[in-house]
Amino acid sequence: MDLRYSESDEKFRTELHAWLEAAVPAHGKPPAGNDWHERRDYDTAWQRKLYDAGYAGINWPKEYGGRDASLTEQLVYYEEIARSGAPYIGVNFVGMLHGGPTLMTEGTVEQKARHLPYILKGEQVWCQGFSEPGAGSDLASISTRAERDGDHYLVTGSKIWCSFAQLADYGELLVRTDPLVPKHKGISWLILPMDAPGIEIRPLRTLAGEGEFSEVFLDHVPVPVENRVGKENDGWRVTNVTLRFERGTAFASEMVQLQQFVAELVALAKKVTRYDARAWDDVALRRALGHVAAELDALWAMVKLSVCESTKTGVPGLGGSAIKLYYTELYQRVSELGMRVLGRANLSREDVAGLPNEMVLGKELNSISLAIAAGTSQIQRNIIAERILGMPKEPR
Amino acid sequence: MDFQLSEDQKALQAGIRSFCESRMPKGKLAEIEHKNGFDAGLWAELAEMDVFGLRLPESDGGVGLGNADAVIVFAELGRRLLAGPLVWTHLAAGLIKGAASGEVVVGGLDLMGPESGPLLVEHLDQLDALLILRPQGVYRVDPRSLSGRPIAAPLDPFTPLHHVEGLPEGELVLGPAEAERLRLEGAALVSGQLLGIAESTLELAAAYAKERHQFGRAIGSFQAIKHMLADMFVRQEVARAAVYAAGATLDDPGVGDVVRAVSTAKIMAGEGAMKNARSCIQIHGGMGFTWEIPAHFYMKRTWVLESVFGTIEEHADRCAELVERSL
Ligand SMILES: Cc1cc2nc3c(=O)[nH]c(=O)nc-3n(C[C@H](O)[C@H](O)[C@H](O)COP(=O)(O)OP(=O)(O)OC[C@H]3O[C@@H](n4cnc5c(N)ncnc54)[C@H](O)[C@@H]3O)c2cc1C
Repeated sequence: MDLRYSESDEKFRTELHAWLEAAVPAHGKPPAGNDWHERRDYDTAWQRKLYDAGYAGINWPKEYGGRDASLTEQLVYYEEIARSGAPYIGVNFVGMLHGGPTLMTEGTVEQKARHLPYILKGEQVWCQGFSEPGAGSDLASISTRAERDGDHYLVTGSKIWCSFAQLADYGELLVRTDPLVPKHKGISWLILPMDAPGIEIRPLRTLAGEGEFSEVFLDHVPVPVENRVGKENDGWRVTNVTLRFERGTAFASEMVQLQQFVAELVALAKKVTRYDARAWDDVALRRALGHVAAELDALWAMVKLSVCESTKTGVPGLGGSAIKLYYTELYQRVSELGMRVLGRANLSREDVAGLPNEMVLGKELNSISLAIAAGTSQIQRNIIAERILGMPKEPR
Repeated sequence: MDFQLSEDQKALQAGIRSFCESRMPKGKLAEIEHKNGFDAGLWAELAEMDVFGLRLPESDGGVGLGNADAVIVFAELGRRLLAGPLVWTHLAAGLIKGAASGEVVVGGLDLMGPESGPLLVEHLDQLDALLILRPQGVYRVDPRSLSGRPIAAPLDPFTPLHHVEGLPEGELVLGPAEAERLRLEGAALVSGQLLGIAESTLELAAAYAKERHQFGRAIGSFQAIKHMLADMFVRQEVARAAVYAAGATLDDPGVGDVVRAVSTAKIMAGEGAMKNARSCIQIHGGMGFTWEIPAHFYMKRTWVLESVFGTIEEHADRCAELVERSL
């Protein structure tokens, strides 16, 4: 039980830190608002810089161009990325954190060659077309059909809440290839080229007012059979691989960043007043902030434990569900606390009177989605109770 | 960094676990309750298992292990609700002759917290020595010199109490820095016990949820129960990580802020134990409110452990102070 980073970890930290110190300010501020093409450019240009500096794909194997860093170097990486205020992974999220990794474990040699190097350089952006209007938590009930037509599938149906669909090059697409068998047994996992004919994308406005996700309508969209990942009708198994990557350590940097956010809230509480005194003099508020600071430390220790327990190239374990659930609810408590420290000023989403409204409200609104996306908190609880604690299964 | 349990630590854990399971089978609790919370035979065996001398250097007759190992052992003691002044006697090893070997039973009082309520001494009748933690240092007092009234109805039946009026100053045995250090170590060990409680209450509840049927199915198939169990699991895992981190940080202060790591452990393990014990009772329904089902013993012990070496509130205040200082 040893928490000490090795000398080579610390050497890695020093180098990364020095690089980030120059590279982060040079990359400038992210584009404001809702211009998703500008955001793509910003996020992918950063990905390219990571690549050129040898820091892209920190946990990707060398054979796919990744850094293949040790588990502890990965932890150092998440810590330093967060502390430097580096750009968020943004539009590269799907490709880097679960699309690419799914191809590594399940894809063919050609599929890997066609996608992995480009994802890594920020030249391919991916989105995820799993959810449908009638199939969210019950993902296996998707009804988008794929019919075989020679060396193509023709795909018809609709997908929803598809993040970054409007600017992605490829999508992870779940389709039904056999409607006659039980629902888990007739699914296939396809790589959807987003420029194929028959795709219509309609942005949906999120509660933050942004067009982050879209509805995607598919009408006889041709997808080459060679784009299928895994065997025909074996897509549910592949999907579970994808979901485990998605629920694994995908949020590691944001966890460290939340620790800094708490420190910023302490600074803010010393600035704003209540009852003619500093808010920081309110024992209840101070204690609440101390409490979440402790919880964030415990969460980070939990990530370390889970990282050390997972095998290097393996798929993250079920413990990811516990981490995601705890992280989500803690994030929501921290951001609500932020709103309370801000006081009535929180009615403005833009900074007023020198207060950090944009940051605090950004956290508050974003926190809400965490309990829904990538499997709701209720679904995570079902997973923990059934697959870890062995309770009888829900109807499926 | 390898934060997992090492092979040696796994063996240590397995050894103490099987010992506790064999010595504290179902039904044993009732017997110990009868003995007023203390079993001298078990105490001697614990000493033989090196529970008290675990961190004492080998040159002094101990095992020479660290805090990370000790929290693992204390989690196992907590899991089976072993009674007696375990933490104090462990802390006293090397300080009071005979503590490590189990011949001298050492209890204690922590007077470093913000509270100044009635002085309640645990296990007074069994004690050969009493340590007092004060901001000025660690003091030793002869327990026989204390006059106190036994509390007829202690909350935890395994933790008898005396209400003591007035304390002698005692003999100063260690300075203020050591008092602070002992309090941190004590908090980490107690956090270990609390982790054990969070674990065993989940285990009891999960087993009952699979076995108890209502409406023609196992109650564990109802989501309201499943989700309580899932939350118990999360609390157990968060507490585990925090407690291990506290042990590792005490052993190697280079890896983090010791005070913050220990406070985090005491908060997370304290909440994990308290909430899991309550959920465990709830999942047992009416049986959970009976004396027969041990769930309530876990809850009562949790209150005992919560009250020593800093409450959740005190540790949260400390964490707030540390964040402020880091600005
Ligand atoms: C910001 C954001 C981004 C997203 N990005 C993508 C994306 O890129 N690609 C994609 O495919 N999808 C995406 N999603 C969709 C997301 O995966 C789904 O919203 C999610 O899986 C829930 O499905 P649903 O919305 O249909 O809710 P429902 O499944 O209808 O759930 C409604 C409520 O019922 C509860 N519930 C449902 N089933 C159970 C059960 N068995 N037990 C207990 N409670 C249950 C849920 O917890 C929830 O509270 C995104 C969502 C958000 C919010």
